[in-house]
Amino acid sequence: MDAIVVDRLEKRFNGFTAVDKISFSVKKGELFGFLGPNGAGKSTTIYMLTTLLSPTSGSAKVNGFDVGTQADDVRKSIGIVFQDPTVDTRLSAYDNLDIHGMLYGMDGPSRKARIREVMELIELSDWQDKMVKTFSGGMRRRLEIARGLMHTPNILFLDEPTLGLDPQTRRHIWSYIEKLKRQGITIMLTTHYLEEADFLCDRVAIVDHGAIKVLDTPKRLKGMIGGNVVRVSSSEPQKLAEVVKRKGFADKPRMDETVVSFDVKDGGKALPKILEAAIGAGIEVESIELRVPSLEDVFIHYTGSSIRSEKGAGDMMMAMRRSRGY
Amino acid sequence: MAIEPVKIYAVWLREIKRFLNSKSRMVGSLAMPLLFLVALGGGFSSFLPAGSVPGGVSYSTYLLPGIVAMTILFTSIFSGVSIIWDREFGFLKEMLAAPTGRENIVFGRTLGGATTAIIQGLMILVIGLVITGAPLPSPLHMAGAFVFMSFLSCFLVAVGIAIASTLQEVETFQLVMNLIVMPLFFLSNALIPIEKMPGILKGVTTLNPITYAVDGLRDLMIGQGTLGLPLDFAVCLVGFIVALAVATYLFSKTAI
Repeated sequence: MDAIVVDRLEKRFNGFTAVDKISFSVKKGELFGFLGPNGAGKSTTIYMLTTLLSPTSGSAKVNGFDVGTQADDVRKSIGIVFQDPTVDTRLSAYDNLDIHGMLYGMDGPSRKARIREVMELIELSDWQDKMVKTFSGGMRRRLEIARGLMHTPNILFLDEPTLGLDPQTRRHIWSYIEKLKRQGITIMLTTHYLEEADFLCDRVAIVDHGAIKVLDTPKRLKGMIGGNVVRVSSSEPQKLAEVVKRKGFADKPRMDETVVSFDVKDGGKALPKILEAAIGAGIEVESIELRVPSLEDVFIHYTGSSIRSEKGAGDMMMAMRRSRGY
Repeated sequence: MAIEPVKIYAVWLREIKRFLNSKSRMVGSLAMPLLFLVALGGGFSSFLPAGSVPGGVSYSTYLLPGIVAMTILFTSIFSGVSIIWDREFGFLKEMLAAPTGRENIVFGRTLGGATTAIIQGLMILVIGLVITGAPLPSPLHMAGAFVFMSFLSCFLVAVGIAIASTLQEVETFQLVMNLIVMPLFFLSNALIPIEKMPGILKGVTTLNPITYAVDGLRDLMIGQGTLGLPLDFAVCLVGFIVALAVATYLFSKTAI
C-alpha cells in the first residue's frame, strides 16, 4: 500500500484553479518532493492532503484514510511543518511540544519520553525550557520539525522547510531531514529550491500552474535532457538561438533573459561549433559555459521559464512583513 | 460534535502558561482599573454630595463592583479577540490541524481566557477592598460574586472569539475597543447609578448585559443591587450560552 495516493485532486478558488486535477502516489518510506515556484499550488496541495482545505473535486488517501471522510484518522497519522512559523513564541520549547502531544491525545509519560527523543534529534535539548521568542529562525524551524514528529506520525509533511534560512542553516536542516529518512518515515516536502529537491528527494514532481509537468527521480529527470548543457550569454540571445537552431547543432534552445541554453549530446564538440556560429553571425558572446544538466535546466525545459525569475522574493517579503505584525 | 476534555485542557493550559509567562502584561492590565478606582472613585467621593449613590455608601465603594466588571470586560473580550493574533503568528494553524473538533478549541479558549480574566478581576477586587475600605463580603457572597464573574467572563471571551472569527484583520483590535468595549462599559451602570440617568441613557443602559453583571456584583459585594439577583444572573447565563453557541458556530466556519 502506498503512503499517499492522490487521484485527480482539484482546488478552485472563485474560478481560479490553484490545483488542476493532479494525480500521483508516494511510496512508504519515500522522500517525495514537490518542486515549483510560489503560487504553483504546492501549499494548496499540502493543505488538502492534511485535511485543512477540502478539495473541489477528486480524492486523496493518506495512510489509507480518505482526506474527506476520515479527517481525524488522517490527522492523527501525519505530522505537518507549515511554511509560516506556527510555534507559540510565548511558550517554552517544552510547553510547545507538551501541548502538541496533548492535542494529539498522548498521555503524560509518553509525552515526556517523546519530548526528550525529539529534542535530542534536533539537538535542542539544552534549550527546552527557554522561551521560543529567544530562538533564532533556524532553531524555530528545528522545533517545528520536532513538533511535527512529536506524535510519531507515519508521514511528515514539510512545506518549504528551509524558506528564508541562510545557506548554512539550510544544510543543517537538510541533515535532519536525511536522518529522518534513514529512520524510515515517509516525507513529502515542497520547495522552490532546486538544490534542495535535487539533494534530498527520492522522486521529484515539477509543478507549475497547479499541474504536475513531470515526475521522476532527480537523476532520471536530469538524464532526460541530452548529455550536456551549453549556456551562452550574449547581446543578441534571440538571434543566436535561431542561428544555432538553423545549423542543427541543438534543436530546443531555452531563453532566460540574456542567456540561451542548448541541450547537446557532446558538449566538448558542440561548444566550438556554437561559438563559431555566433561569431559568423556577428553576435557578441559575453561568456560561454558547459555543464551537466541541473534540475534547473529540467525545470526550464518543462515549464518554459526559470524558477528564479518568478516573483518569489516579493511574496516572501510580504510574508515577513505579515509575521512582524505590520 | 465530540467533547474531548483532554484537548480542551490543552488549549486552556496554553492560555494559562502564556498568561504566567507575561507578568508585565498583567501588571499593565491592572493599572487602568486601579487608576479608575483611585482617581474617579477618590475624586467623586469627596465631590458628590452624600446620598448620591444608593445605600449611603461612599462613591468609591459603589464604584468597586463596576471596576471589577470593567477589568473582566476588557481582559475577557481581548482574550477572545486575540485569536486574530494566533492567526497572524501562525499558532492557529497548529490548533486547526490537530485531530479534534473546533468546538474543543473554542471551549478551551473560552475557559482559558475566562480563568485569566477572573484572576485579574479577583486581584482588583482584593486591592479595591483595601483601597476603598469597603466592608469584607461574607464567604457566601464572595462565592456568589465568583460565580457571577465566571459566567460573565466566559460570556465575554466567547463574544471576543465570535468577533475574531468574523473580522480577521489585526486592525479589528482598535475597532473592538472603540465600538464594543468602550460603549459596553460607559453605557452601563458601572460608573453611574441607573436610577440617576436621563431617559434615553437609562433605556440604552437597560439593554446592556454588562449592566446586569455590574448590578449582580454590586448586590453580592456591597448589598446594593437594584435589578434583582435572579434577573442579573439570568442575563449573564443566557448571554453566555448564546455567545458560546455563536462563537462555536462562527469559529468552525473559519478557514485557515
